[in-house]
Amino acid sequence: MKTSKTVRCMSFLFMFILLFLTTGCADNYIVLDPKGPIGEQQKDLVILSTLLTLIVIVPVLILTFVIVWRYRDREGRKAKYTPNWEHSTKLEIIWWGIPIIIITLIGIVTVQYTYSLEPSKPLESEKKPITIQVTNLDWKWLFQYPEQGIATVNYVQFPEDTPVRFEVTSDAPMNSFWIPQLGGQIYAMSGMSMTLYLQADEQGEYMGSGANFTGKEFARMFFTANATSQEDFDQWVNQVKNTSPGLTLDGYKELTKQGTSDVRYFSAFPEGLYEMTVTKYAASHNHGLSTRVQPPARVKE
Amino acid sequence: MWESVKEFASEFFVTGDPLIYGADVSIVLSIIAIVSVLTYFKKWGWLWREWLTTVDHKKIGIMYILASVLMLFRGGVDALLMRAQLAMPDMQFLSGDHYNQIFTTHGVIMILFMAMPLMFGLFNVIVPLQLGARDVAFPFLNALSFWLFFSGAMLFNLSFVIGGSPDAGWLAYPPYSELAFNPGPGQDFYIWGIQISGIGSLMTGINFIVTILKVRAPGMTLMKMPMFSWSVLSSCIAIVFAFPILTVTLALLFIDRYLGGHFFTLDGGGNPMMYINLIWMWGHPEVYIIVLPAFGIFSEIVATFSRKKLFGYKSMVFAMIIISVLSFLVWAHHFFTMGSGADVNAFFAVTTMLIAIPTGVKVFNWLFTMFRGKITFETPMLWTVGIIPNFVIGGMTGVLLSVAPADFQYHNSYFLVAHFHQVIIAGVVFGFFAGLYYWWPKIFGFKLNERIGRWAFWLWNIGFYLCFMPQYALGLMGMTRRLYSYGWDKGWFEMNLVSTIGAVIMGVAFLVQIWDIAHSLKNMKRDTTGDPWNARTLEWSIPSPAPFYNFAVMPQVTSQDDWHERKLRIEQGLEKPAKVELEPIHMPKNSGIPIVMSMFWFFVGFGLIFDWLWMAVPGFIGVLACMVVHSFNYDTDYYVTVEEIKRTEAEAGRVIT
Repeated sequence: MKTSKTVRCMSFLFMFILLFLTTGCADNYIVLDPKGPIGEQQKDLVILSTLLTLIVIVPVLILTFVIVWRYRDREGRKAKYTPNWEHSTKLEIIWWGIPIIIITLIGIVTVQYTYSLEPSKPLESEKKPITIQVTNLDWKWLFQYPEQGIATVNYVQFPEDTPVRFEVTSDAPMNSFWIPQLGGQIYAMSGMSMTLYLQADEQGEYMGSGANFTGKEFARMFFTANATSQEDFDQWVNQVKNTSPGLTLDGYKELTKQGTSDVRYFSAFPEGLYEMTVTKYAASHNHGLSTRVQPPARVKE
Repeated sequence: MWESVKEFASEFFVTGDPLIYGADVSIVLSIIAIVSVLTYFKKWGWLWREWLTTVDHKKIGIMYILASVLMLFRGGVDALLMRAQLAMPDMQFLSGDHYNQIFTTHGVIMILFMAMPLMFGLFNVIVPLQLGARDVAFPFLNALSFWLFFSGAMLFNLSFVIGGSPDAGWLAYPPYSELAFNPGPGQDFYIWGIQISGIGSLMTGINFIVTILKVRAPGMTLMKMPMFSWSVLSSCIAIVFAFPILTVTLALLFIDRYLGGHFFTLDGGGNPMMYINLIWMWGHPEVYIIVLPAFGIFSEIVATFSRKKLFGYKSMVFAMIIISVLSFLVWAHHFFTMGSGADVNAFFAVTTMLIAIPTGVKVFNWLFTMFRGKITFETPMLWTVGIIPNFVIGGMTGVLLSVAPADFQYHNSYFLVAHFHQVIIAGVVFGFFAGLYYWWPKIFGFKLNERIGRWAFWLWNIGFYLCFMPQYALGLMGMTRRLYSYGWDKGWFEMNLVSTIGAVIMGVAFLVQIWDIAHSLKNMKRDTTGDPWNARTLEWSIPSPAPFYNFAVMPQVTSQDDWHERKLRIEQGLEKPAKVELEPIHMPKNSGIPIVMSMFWFFVGFGLIFDWLWMAVPGFIGVLACMVVHSFNYDTDYYVTVEEIKRTEAEAGRVIT
């Protein structure tokens, strides 16, 4: 019995190692392969907190194995047996102490990073940030470029090495805007404009997704985030301006209807559309989107 | 006429899916089978007298356990359907709508209608026996709790074939769960199923707090109480503070949906974020509510099978109370990404991490209970030992998730899914399994087969690791939860396939357990000792299964692990089995009111779901009538005669002179 259990135990462990060796294609782990400063710091934090917790976890796992093995009941055992030993202040201080120390360490690191990685905090850069306004719709993402005057659906392009100021809202159930290789996500909520600074240090196409469930075709809300050179970006903007149709208010209403969408480009969008979306339900009864175009309201950050 | 009937039926019943037609047929067939078996063997009277109207905590516990196993089956089938859909990219097995309903019902059923009743079942059967009590403090209330849970669960499950299932996730975040996005009856089934059973849970919480504080055997001070009872106390304290929040939150959501309120709507000044805060103020304590009793179970089992006193009793108690208090201070870690700002996130990150400290201490105390013990590996101990590494890894990923700025990368990904399944399956469910194997002989009077039990253990564990370790990886690959489909381009295929294989193995493991029960029933060897594990606490001092009055004579408790100490004294000849004076025992009478009242609650819920006031109003009147009838019923108790006690004890093989 004993040996067969050990054999099973070992084969089980072996299977695992094998599993991770064969299927763990390293470049699939996009969270651990960041391409921007925010994602980079978050990765560092993931690794640092993992290492700190492992300081406790690994000895505990070893201890478990050793204790279970050594004190199992069998003939001719040499290990001690003390049926009434139930208290030791020294030992208990040790294992209240160790977790307290580790948790204090992780806590300090966490609090520091919580402030430094606050998503609405601008990134330090010589370049002026580019603003992109993101609206979560059922079931597509609308991106508006207030500075460039263009809009896109399910595709977002921006220059590399330039901070991107994403302003995120929703005209549908709550979603979460996430580009894993650039950094963490932020909720997209109606009546709110959330700010998230991200930056790509390398050119490339990154996967973007909605991370919070919004209904039937939620699984079709992937988009591509494309970081290019400044020239390519400018060229692309011009191209969209010259070749694509403009987005009208009616066109926007069409977009808000439930359904999936391919990538789309618009050379223009109604002025103040994003602000109207944010203030759609505001207490001032600004029914901008439901009645007529009104002057854009100020968006609170 | 016929046309309108047809139209009604096509809206009322869920149609158009072979899976559901299959379920319809099997439901009708099993009802016919049950009714005809009961009628053929003339068992209706027996069923009514012995089970449906019982106030005996042991029978109520057994009914809880039965119901939870049924729900485990339902929730497990949901899980397998989901894993089948995700096994390959672009799978066409389930549509988006259907998948969304299935993950919603899977979550609700597993937490509220599987884990909770399984836990309540163990509370019911074991706590009064451990305390040396004749029943819980309020036996009638206890029966009512069970039947409210049962009618809530049935109401929720009905949505599968009538009206349509909810599809907004297990916590039904607005605005998606509001009328504007979710007009069907599914979401109302969710509200009423949980509301009705939630009242039952709250009453169970109150009942067990009072039981533990007021009806312990003479001499059993709180600090001599078995650790499982301590864990129940800490869990029930959390229940009493958390469940009212759930009830209020769902009531507000119902007002929004039914009366056109604006608590959580987008327009009219509603605020969905308020719901998210409120539901997690219940939701987070809820997960500690279910895991604390599991800690208690491990403590009992570790001490018994190491043949050693539990190490650090005071530390253990202290740790559990801290966990139950801290569990109310961490809710916002479920939405670090909602933009509450660095102050809020930092506070909730730190409170969350703090919970790791008492939890870690508990693990150390279990390890040092085994240290210098004589460990044997019967199935309950096997589960407990298997759980330790599992739970330690789950706890570790929990700490990782609590690192707020890093959580922006884990949030709503499969990393999170893997984490909570690891603590809930490997902590809670495996813990309750350990408890079931441990107390099975006490509940039913015979042991489960060890060999088949080992098979089940290994299959569950291997299946578990295969299913959920790849999901951590998927999270780091950027796969978000609740996706019904994904493309080949994402690179998620291999890990998903492995995960599905793991899920299937767990499904097989469940069947092996059912086989274990059937096999052990068939080759039953009665436990005549009442103490088959040579255990330490009072429940093992009486025959298995326990007689309906539990203790023929009230035990006098002098120490922790009183039964173990008493056995030692008898062995050393210091104490002779005492000569006992039997006295008539005061017992509660059965009552049909709990089940009838719960049926009326069912009608209230069903009527409000479909806006049928002709059904809801009489239902509500029925509920009130039951309360009135019970209030004026003074014939609620009786005395068991000394002759009957002697006869019952003799039948259980214990001669009382």
